[in-house]
Amino acid sequence: MSYKLTHLKELESESIFILREVAAQFEKPALLFSGGKDSIVMAYLAYKAFYPAAIPFPFVHIDTGHNFEETITYRDELVELLGADLIVGSVEESIKTGRAVEEKGYTASRNKLQTVTLLDTLEEHKFDAALGGARRDEEKARAKERFFSHRDEFGQWDPKNQRPELWNIFNGKKQLGEHFRVFPISNWTEMDVWQYILQENIPLPSLYYTHEREVFERDGVIYAALDAIPRKPTETVEVKQVRCRTIGDITCTGLTLSTANSLVDIIDEIASSRVTERGGRSDDKRSEAAMEDRKKAGYF
Amino acid sequence: MSTQTKDTTGYLDMELLRFSTAGSVDDGKSTLIGRLLYDSKSIFEDQMQAVKDASKRLGLGDEVNLALLTDGLRAEREQGITIDVAYRYFATPKRKFIIADTPGHIEYTRNMVTGASTADVAIILIDARNGIIEQSKRHSYIASLLQIPNVVVAINKMDLVGFSEDVFNTIKKEYEEISKILKLKNVIFIPISALNGDNVVDASTNTPWYKGETLLHLLETLPVRVDETKLPARFPVQYVIRPYSDEFHDYRGYAGRISGGSFKVGDAVTVLPSKTASKIVAIDEGNQSLEEAFTPQSVSIRLADNVDISRGDIIVKSDEHKPTVSANVSVMVCWLNHRPLNVGGKYIIRHATDETRAIIKEVHYKVNINTLENILDDKTVNVNDIAHITIKAMKPLKYDSYQENRITGSLVLIDENTFETVGAGMIVHDLEDESFAI
Repeated sequence: MSYKLTHLKELESESIFILREVAAQFEKPALLFSGGKDSIVMAYLAYKAFYPAAIPFPFVHIDTGHNFEETITYRDELVELLGADLIVGSVEESIKTGRAVEEKGYTASRNKLQTVTLLDTLEEHKFDAALGGARRDEEKARAKERFFSHRDEFGQWDPKNQRPELWNIFNGKKQLGEHFRVFPISNWTEMDVWQYILQENIPLPSLYYTHEREVFERDGVIYAALDAIPRKPTETVEVKQVRCRTIGDITCTGLTLSTANSLVDIIDEIASSRVTERGGRSDDKRSEAAMEDRKKAGYF
Repeated sequence: MSTQTKDTTGYLDMELLRFSTAGSVDDGKSTLIGRLLYDSKSIFEDQMQAVKDASKRLGLGDEVNLALLTDGLRAEREQGITIDVAYRYFATPKRKFIIADTPGHIEYTRNMVTGASTADVAIILIDARNGIIEQSKRHSYIASLLQIPNVVVAINKMDLVGFSEDVFNTIKKEYEEISKILKLKNVIFIPISALNGDNVVDASTNTPWYKGETLLHLLETLPVRVDETKLPARFPVQYVIRPYSDEFHDYRGYAGRISGGSFKVGDAVTVLPSKTASKIVAIDEGNQSLEEAFTPQSVSIRLADNVDISRGDIIVKSDEHKPTVSANVSVMVCWLNHRPLNVGGKYIIRHATDETRAIIKEVHYKVNINTLENILDDKTVNVNDIAHITIKAMKPLKYDSYQENRITGSLVLIDENTFETVGAGMIVHDLEDESFAI
């Protein structure tokens, strides 16, 4: 027998090892589920890691109230399919109770407000580890984050004081009130995620495939023409053939002009793309250290 | 649906290679990484634009500083230094690569050890104008300590020495002395110019005397993990899967990642430390059952007998060389914390999936990794120091030497109060074991 493991199998094996470490080392972990492809892959990896037992932690969705309808439908079906528990943290609720204040103006987004709801939800349920689908290839601050990312009692990340991570030994020890964010697919690239979805034949929300949609353009980014984003009078709505390359909240999800209607089409499109997937994310364009700042404040 | 795509044919068949890069300030490490990423089309337009914008803000005008691609934190960009290990990814049609890019100056040992701990290949950069300097020795010592299977010595800036074969050979000869002392396994020398791309991706016309491979071709063809699957089989139990459902009422799977060799259904196995014998009846991977599995697959193993096994135990093959079972462990430690190692102090030990407490019995010597000499008169182990120590654990550990197995031969020390990871340990069999002696 040839002892040769493909890179996708090796990445899968590493991620499953980390998911199991989290189940073994923490009292009350949760999996942060956004409805995007990365968290979908995480959900399937978790299913594989503990089969035939149930996934030993609930999924937590931080709902900004500005989600695509398809995301919510897909989420509910997936939870049903994998037999997982779902907890929803509502940004709408945080705004109503005065915990978060809605941004104003045309560029208003609830992306930053998610942090408040996330931290409140983690605290309410006393979660001590939150599994996220972030990847190191996404953004340069993430490239330096550990698999097991230690957060203080305010949920903050201290990039200069991270615990060294050696071999496959992960240190999840913490003081009372502190917690961890854990990123099992840190070493995957966007391409790995797509190839894995293809290899494992994982169904995706229809938003990832080409569809006709009413859209408008702002600063070179195409957005869905939905009520969640107020349009300026000069911004005109057109119908275009688009798809999502990443899925987040409606207000920060840029759409790609595309005719890709299968996984193979998508993979070919990404292979020839010259722009990263976060190039369409308005949340990262706010400043050079936007992600680092959000992470320090307790963001995913 | 076809799984063959236009641009990525063969992707599902690729292997993964992890390598670390180490170099000193200004030896062109960032340029080299930038070139590998750029030439393999792994840098996208928006990333390039961000780097161009940042270069302008730093007053570099139209000159693009590729180091900004890898310096991710605000403080790093402001101070023009690299603080932490950064992980980079690129792929060619043959392989996917993970680069652990470690800074050469501050916190160097701590970062280099971290980056090297998972590497299959270490690239050590040497500036052709300066030859071997103290830092080159330091990088090489760490490659040796961490037992990286392949070392590539990239002699860079060959363009600045007129692509001289003599310069290349002089450095090579001098380095071979060091690699002999350090018992480095597979050492390969390449003359390159990272700036101009000579021998990085394409063979250079400037070095007709060099008959070897280009750096990228080497990275695409060096063997990956071949040795690990031939080691005695090791399976540290990570988690016990018990569904408690009607359908899988009696199911009991021991989940873990194979950390040496391979296991087959039917293998006679022994569980340590209890020495209980049993037989493998199934190897599961999700809802699939496998006949055989090997390093580094994550699987769950079912045994014929209902034995008492928990996290931290290790399953091995009964007819193979077994790990040492002992509470006394002799370790080469790299100290990672600003508070020095406390002799007589207690620490938490994490070894494979096991955890226990241990006391530091003795510091035997420290290593001066710049001169490659042992220090016997000063036994204070500070941050970035490497020392040979003995520890006594509260219960027996089941271990191999680091030279035999990088997973069952490594451990970390954790501070009991702060829970920080303070030491990285590589197990040596005993004081007579000369594998790390210089």
